[in-house]
Amino acid sequence: MSVAVDRDQAFLAAVRRVADEFAEPNADDVDRSARFPVEAIDALRQERALSAYVPVELGGGGVSFESLATACFELGRRCGASAMVFAMHQIQVVTIARHLDGSAWFESYLRELADEQRLVASVTSEVGTGGDMGRSVAALTPNGSGTGSFEKQAPTVSYGEHADDLLTTLRRAPDAEPGDQVLALTRAGQHSLEQTGTWDPLGMRGTCSPGYVVRAELGAEQVLPAPFAHAMPESMVPVSHILWSHLWLGIATDAFDRARAFVRASAKRKPGEPLPAAQKLSHVMSELSLLRAEVDSALRSFAEASEEPGRESLSTMATILRFNNLKIAASEQAPRVCQGAMAVCGIAGFKNDTSFSVGRHLRDTMSACLMVANERIHQTNAGLLLVAKEV
Amino acid sequence: MTDEVRRIVKEHGRLPVDVDSLPADADLYEAGMTSHASVNVMLALEDSFDLEFPDHMLTRDAFESISAISAALGQLLHQEAA
Repeated sequence: MSVAVDRDQAFLAAVRRVADEFAEPNADDVDRSARFPVEAIDALRQERALSAYVPVELGGGGVSFESLATACFELGRRCGASAMVFAMHQIQVVTIARHLDGSAWFESYLRELADEQRLVASVTSEVGTGGDMGRSVAALTPNGSGTGSFEKQAPTVSYGEHADDLLTTLRRAPDAEPGDQVLALTRAGQHSLEQTGTWDPLGMRGTCSPGYVVRAELGAEQVLPAPFAHAMPESMVPVSHILWSHLWLGIATDAFDRARAFVRASAKRKPGEPLPAAQKLSHVMSELSLLRAEVDSALRSFAEASEEPGRESLSTMATILRFNNLKIAASEQAPRVCQGAMAVCGIAGFKNDTSFSVGRHLRDTMSACLMVANERIHQTNAGLLLVAKEV
Repeated sequence: MTDEVRRIVKEHGRLPVDVDSLPADADLYEAGMTSHASVNVMLALEDSFDLEFPDHMLTRDAFESISAISAALGQLLHQEAA
């Protein structure tokens, strides 16, 4: 137990240092130039943080999922884009690690990922699926002799150009139904990315997520043994929603911290004078508390459910609704906190070059409702609510 | 430092008595400083000495007298120098 706690603490200390020394000093430039946060990601590589969740016996850090979530929060406080790249990479690693099912190829892949600190991106969204991750158009097409290929039209691939490897959702075979999906891991050299769009968005600019046509050739062993229908509800969806919401909480927390610093600075200049901004700050804190409570409790629920044998409760309708609601609630609440912080700071918060600037925070969190569109999730929930009894 | 503390208590402590007449160890709350006024004293101290009181030092005792405030500041300044 204490070894595990030590590992978690050392990992978090390293992540906090990277956040302070590499993510924060470059956050504004990453945002302004819409460039990849190379300093923070390289520093995370140096700390072997990209394999933090890989089991120790496979050469990884063996840290807890809770620590990973906290790491996303800490990075989010300093640079939203760095945190998002880290979170999305970890979603792929956690999904692979939780669904190895004894696959020798994937075990050896995780070893290499740890050795070389390889960065994994995901190719899940697809043109023609209406934003439903549970359906694919592109299919894994056998070429004979145990190899296959695919071509996928992806409307966005976050940090696709900067990733070493890609984890892609595909139909199992050319004649498979849209929902009969697998996850395929391809390594640099096995796939090509043909960029189909530009990248000049409102926020999360450093994630560098234009569209691509992804083409790849791969061996049959590079398909994760677990069907995506299991990996999606048991890992990919709840893990995505938890890690994303932690980093959104981190961004909102920093916006609140800036608003608080603004109020304190005003109070110090004129002690004893009425300070309307102080009362506004109290409203922002109420909003932040709601966000924090939702994010914390979701993490606890997931940790408890993950310890059950078979992790069956993760596939129940009540649990699917629970983690869908985390995504919806956190993605709406985080920008609300940031906007409240801006109201506290006034023009000092609106300007991009003061120590109380919260424009980047507001813009970054506004991407939250689009990452798997909230209305798409409401549509799923609406269907479940027609049949689910225990919610 | 004690002179500066005395000046800030005088300006922001809103005491009904003349602060200059109080000994350094006189109880400021007994002399009429409200807890609201003590917050303003703290803010003014933070501004004047360019430091921040950590939450654990924000006790009633730390602001009880001019000498207690000076001692707390001394501890903070010493920590910053270390």
